[in-house]
Amino acid sequence: MTIDRRTFLAAGSATMLGSLAMPAIVGRALAADTLKIGSLLDTSGIFDAYGKPMDMALQLAVDQINAGGGLNGQQVEIVSYDTQSDMALYTQYAQKLVRQDKVDVVHGGILSASREAIRQTLHKANILYFYNVLYEGGVCDRNICIDGVTPAQQVEVLMPAAIKKWGKKIYILAADYNYGQITARWMKKYGEDAGGEVIQTDFFPLDVSDFGATIAKIQTAAPDIVVCALVGGPHMSFFRQWAAAGMKSKIPMASTTLGVGNEHKVLTAEEGNGIVVAYNYSPELDSPVNAAFLKAWGDKFGDTSLIHEIAVSHYQGLLLWAQAVKNAGSAERMKVIEAIEGGLSIDGPAGKVSVDPKTHHAILDVHLMEFENQTMKVLESFSQRQPVDTQAVCDLVANPDDNQQYEIKI
Amino acid sequence: MDLALVVAFQVIYSIALLVLISAGLAVVFGMMRVINLAHGEFMMVGGYATIVAVGAGVNIYVAMLIVAPLTVGILGLVIERLVIRFLYGRLVDTMLATWGLSLLLIGLATLIFGNTTTGISVPIEGFPIGAYQVNGYNLFVIVVTAVMVVAIYAVLSGTRWGLIARGTMQRSDMASALGYSPDRIYMLTFFAGSALTGLAGGVLAPLVGLVPTSGTQYIAKAFITVISGGASVIAGLLSSATLFGLVSQIFTFSVNSMVGEIALLIAAVILLRLLPQGITGRFFRGSM
Repeated sequence: MTIDRRTFLAAGSATMLGSLAMPAIVGRALAADTLKIGSLLDTSGIFDAYGKPMDMALQLAVDQINAGGGLNGQQVEIVSYDTQSDMALYTQYAQKLVRQDKVDVVHGGILSASREAIRQTLHKANILYFYNVLYEGGVCDRNICIDGVTPAQQVEVLMPAAIKKWGKKIYILAADYNYGQITARWMKKYGEDAGGEVIQTDFFPLDVSDFGATIAKIQTAAPDIVVCALVGGPHMSFFRQWAAAGMKSKIPMASTTLGVGNEHKVLTAEEGNGIVVAYNYSPELDSPVNAAFLKAWGDKFGDTSLIHEIAVSHYQGLLLWAQAVKNAGSAERMKVIEAIEGGLSIDGPAGKVSVDPKTHHAILDVHLMEFENQTMKVLESFSQRQPVDTQAVCDLVANPDDNQQYEIKI
Repeated sequence: MDLALVVAFQVIYSIALLVLISAGLAVVFGMMRVINLAHGEFMMVGGYATIVAVGAGVNIYVAMLIVAPLTVGILGLVIERLVIRFLYGRLVDTMLATWGLSLLLIGLATLIFGNTTTGISVPIEGFPIGAYQVNGYNLFVIVVTAVMVVAIYAVLSGTRWGLIARGTMQRSDMASALGYSPDRIYMLTFFAGSALTGLAGGVLAPLVGLVPTSGTQYIAKAFITVISGGASVIAGLLSSATLFGLVSQIFTFSVNSMVGEIALLIAAVILLRLLPQGITGRFFRGSM
């Protein structure tokens, strides 16, 4: 047979088309068998110290789920976008996850601003959203599940312990935005409940880095304890200047934020030692689940020193979703929401985490800890704290269509 | 009484701080009319140079007072040769070029050091004033600043090099006619300005948590201080820093630090409305 130009072209293009079409068909067939997790995290830019370990936690959790045979026989894949610490990119990528990738669930968002940027998009698109970060509380939306610590859970433990340990007169320093303002109110409430007295509260814009006058003012007021909810790099200077003025040995300190981004490893041992905090997780926690988690992280990434509070919180959020899908026997949104409201609980590295059906917030263990040579030493554990702040304003059982963030009045 | 002393100490410290962060800019902008928008990033580089040097085992004072100024001075020298020297007299172009430069430096610092806060401990113990405990390092900052101002004055007024530099800034054509190369003098002056900025970055490194974007928190204050100061480098710097330091600390003590910052900015706006040429455009004229 002679091959002329026409038959060659016809045969050639048929083969080409066939080979092009093949992967598309295979790809589609596979996609039906996998569950897609959409991930939006800042893995570059100014918040990457928070976002990178969270992204690692996500990869670790998904690897473990897949190695264990997936969820209801389906493998899980990650569709992730780096939001580059840019709030505008959150809305853009959330649209992409909704319209183009058609994911089954979204995990992500770090700052409260980023969460609020995508929450409504996902709510309208009926795509379930897990926000796994310590935040100021009050979000009431049936489409979201939140497993981060809220101020009441932390402060309720921190304030009585600090007052009992050191005395009644409290001086509060907080960052001047919604997180700091709301947390300061909770500090006042729980401080007074424990018999303490708040003698002064000062708020600082996020870029203030000279605290000389504040340190002098604190000495004039002569409190028994300084409690702070300071946020970000410039505010770190407070702890340095405090130590440099020789105040560390004179007035003890407690904090609701220091350590979330591993700040206790940035401060030197002398600057950090003795500061008391309360969180859900510390790598020092002594439990088989935590030991297994640390080992798995070490095997996958090598360095376990990057693990911090919200990375573990993200990991636990993924486990919660996976458990909900298993309980529901499906990844379909309404079935998973019903599973979330039907007594969902997991055993995570930081202990038992269960979801409160009325608020979709987590009930979890809180540990009172002290900085000691750049680690967090657990002083006392408080098991299964309720998110009482959000519970005071939110009841999704009574109002399933509620969709807003309440500013909690105390 | 003790409190009054503490407040006075804090006011002097905040004046010294303004002088320290603005001195390099006063030389580069005040004398050479180059708007260096990368001024804050030069400080950031000075801070990182200090931290890296201390990490490598260098004595902290050597790191702050020698390594940081030298590193930033050399960085300034390279940048002057590669970019700035083509742009003398073109105010807007230097602004654009140095703004790009500041973004580049932030990017490079992020690439090398990552986007986390780093820092070193303060090497000086606090000391008591009566019943109060104050930051001993603040005293060190005041001393360093005082020595720096005296040194700048001595160089500009007492040495031949200072005379030539001042002459060149006023009439570069005359300096050239007298046999001095304006090109070389500009280069050296830019080096000196950059080194002063590096010194500020180094000295402040133990006080702040350093991130690659740290520079941005200084740039506005430095420009406000230099522009409000007016034409004279030293008298301008000292007078505007004194005014702003006093205003911001009084309001910080009596209300809070946010009001202190606002008061500083309002004082600057009013001042520039009344004295558009800066303080030394009206008072202390002809001083250095």
